[in-house]
Amino acid sequence: MSSQSPAPRAILIAGNPNAGKTTLFNQLAGTKARTGNYPGVTVDRRSAKVRLGGDSVELVDVPGTYSLAAASPEERIAVDSLLVAPPAAAVVVVDATALARGLYLVRQVLETGVPTVVALNMMDEARAQGLRIDTRALAESLGVRVVELVASRGEGIDDLRAVMGKVAKKPWRERRLELPELAERCVEGVEAAILASGATQAGTSARVWALWALLSLAGEDERDENVVPDAWRDAVRDARAQAATFGIDLEDVIVGARYARVDAAVAAAVSAEENARPGRSDRIDRVLTHPVLGLLAFAVVMYVVFESIYGWADPFVGAIEDSVGWLQELVRAGLPEGLFRDLLADGVVAGVGNVVVFVPQIAMLFLLINFLEDSGYLARVAFVIDRVMKGVGLHGKAFVPLLSGFACAIPAVMATRTIEKRGDRLITMMALPLMSCSARLPVYVLVIGVVFAGEERVFGVFSAGALALFAMYVLSVIATLAAAAVMRRTVVKGPAPTLVLELPPYRVPLLRNLLGTTWQRVRSFLVDAGTVILALTIVLWALLTFPQDPAGEAQAERKAEAAVAYLEGDDLDAELARIDAQRAQSQLAHSAAGRLGKAIEPALEPLGMDWRIGIGVIGAFAAREVFVSTLGMVFGVGEVDEEDPGLRARLRTAERPDGSPLMTPLAGIALMVFFVLAAQCMSTLAVLKREAGSWKWPVFVFAYMTALAYVAALLVYQVGSAFGWGTA
Amino acid sequence: MDGARAIRLRLMEMGLLPGTTVRVVRRAPLGDPLELRLRGFSLSLRRADANAVRVDVEVPSVHGAPASEADAADDAPAAHAAERSALPA
Repeated sequence: MSSQSPAPRAILIAGNPNAGKTTLFNQLAGTKARTGNYPGVTVDRRSAKVRLGGDSVELVDVPGTYSLAAASPEERIAVDSLLVAPPAAAVVVVDATALARGLYLVRQVLETGVPTVVALNMMDEARAQGLRIDTRALAESLGVRVVELVASRGEGIDDLRAVMGKVAKKPWRERRLELPELAERCVEGVEAAILASGATQAGTSARVWALWALLSLAGEDERDENVVPDAWRDAVRDARAQAATFGIDLEDVIVGARYARVDAAVAAAVSAEENARPGRSDRIDRVLTHPVLGLLAFAVVMYVVFESIYGWADPFVGAIEDSVGWLQELVRAGLPEGLFRDLLADGVVAGVGNVVVFVPQIAMLFLLINFLEDSGYLARVAFVIDRVMKGVGLHGKAFVPLLSGFACAIPAVMATRTIEKRGDRLITMMALPLMSCSARLPVYVLVIGVVFAGEERVFGVFSAGALALFAMYVLSVIATLAAAAVMRRTVVKGPAPTLVLELPPYRVPLLRNLLGTTWQRVRSFLVDAGTVILALTIVLWALLTFPQDPAGEAQAERKAEAAVAYLEGDDLDAELARIDAQRAQSQLAHSAAGRLGKAIEPALEPLGMDWRIGIGVIGAFAAREVFVSTLGMVFGVGEVDEEDPGLRARLRTAERPDGSPLMTPLAGIALMVFFVLAAQCMSTLAVLKREAGSWKWPVFVFAYMTALAYVAALLVYQVGSAFGWGTA
Repeated sequence: MDGARAIRLRLMEMGLLPGTTVRVVRRAPLGDPLELRLRGFSLSLRRADANAVRVDVEVPSVHGAPASEADAADDAPAAHAAERSALPA
């Protein structure tokens, strides 16, 4: 192991959100881009090894940020990438139409001393707006190389590459931010404390960290408290107090001093035509954020988002389910009967199917979300609906994930990535599993088919079944919003989120970026959440399979032999199917899951359920719709769907030990309420673990949803029973 | 860092400094938040947050001023120069 090749030198690609960073990265990286994860946070780390003027360098795509102060995980990463593991050089992508804001970030990067190139992107848009930018004057004023780009068309990429090669060979050179005398005195104290703590790295001075600390450390915030030494926090507090005695605010002074440099550079470089016409974006916004048309457009777009996962993905989901079934048959036909065959067919193949089946929905949703994001409309979604979301302690960006929750929580949880702040994201992803997803529908259909089979009418017009179904959806929305509001005050405390959100200009998305980002999402789901789902499927299979039931097997074997001897044709097939269903029923009752169902019966009885429903509830952990087929096995009618008349008939005639009917309307409603609120979906928990970064959160979600479901179903059944509602 | 202070810093870092010219472009369809335009880009800001940073409304444009003394205001002329292009006369 004498591998001496040093790690390739890194070049960071940094920039404001919406500045075209991803497009530039793709242009520079070509097909070599790799996606990983930054340790500890669920922010994608995209990188690529490329050749640059004969040298091998690693391009790293730093998350989009307006500042290097640490207000979000993305900013924290940007800081760490620059200061903790110093790169060879940095490219800062600046949107030429929002020049000053981009140069503020440039100014901060320059202060660290890293050799820097400014990639002045969207020059075509700037020209169209009548902005004339003298890049030479800009470069001189800032003391940095500037390259003009239209990254979406690949213009200027070769120039940039050449400059990057040169700049990466330069040494680090810190550009000190000079502050007024009084402010300097306050900053010195922080610098001294940072030096004394011995925590600064070679290559970056205590000065840079001191300014960072003054803007980033101010009481409770989002950063990991353990990373920053207490001595730094104390020093910052002292410096602020000192500044207050001078009558100055250090934040104002530092940001102001940077913008003074930026504005000087802008003044030197930019000349603009007076009375520039209102931009294309503004004209589009007159429609899309119009009080009436805007809401209409919003409704249409949201309908399309919903339809994409609810409807458009359906044929693909069906095809995947068919292929899984076909593959299972193939395994069963090709291998000798036995445990290994069952493990392969019902554990492994079913497990892979349980993972892949989500891919169409995830891909559809992210294609659309990425399209909305890259086109600029996603920010308008937040803008239009923020007022509604504000009431429950969320902000406008939570709307699309919550809406997606009506179709499926898995893509919906992943869609929370568009929400910047970790606290807001956590609340959204932990509340949205309460939205009534499409997998709950088969459960409602079965139960309603059993308990409201007749033509009962409420107020003469509404059918009782339709009303019950509607009530379940209303309950799920109320529960979701209430859970979000409660979590904001308890688990994820913090001020209600704000909506300081850029409304980027409307742009035509690049197909390449859409496909690339969508594939990243699908891939990260398959790799990270997929393995957990596969493992859980196998565990659940084992629970339903062990211990085995040799007596039942032998009996079924004998019956089958007898049937073959005496019957033929359709009669034989029907009899064999009946025997098979009985065998499955006996095996299930014998299995660990069956015993568990019986063991929890005392807890379920007050909810109007018995041990058979209990087994169904346990089986439904694989996916809620599995409740139906598990019940089919429990009641000895085989693996059937929710429309199966046999299963409905069995459920209608099923009795409790005291001879009263099992599925009264009241028991049915209690069961549906339970399913609305319970976290009966291991895939949701797996994807929550992936997106929240730790098992702590899915465990919490499982606990609170199960408790909520239990208490609500208990209330429904007990109160209903006490008043004698729907008990016959 | 209390909410108002965090917003104030974020707005300053995005270029909303004492003396920066800001235009209120429109309200969201439901009345809140506001769309502001400054330094060549658009920003969505809730009314309550806009109050927290004391954006004083004037006609025909708006001058935003963070709550404390205008220490950083010496760059204001440059900010205006950069801004004029994005504003209607």
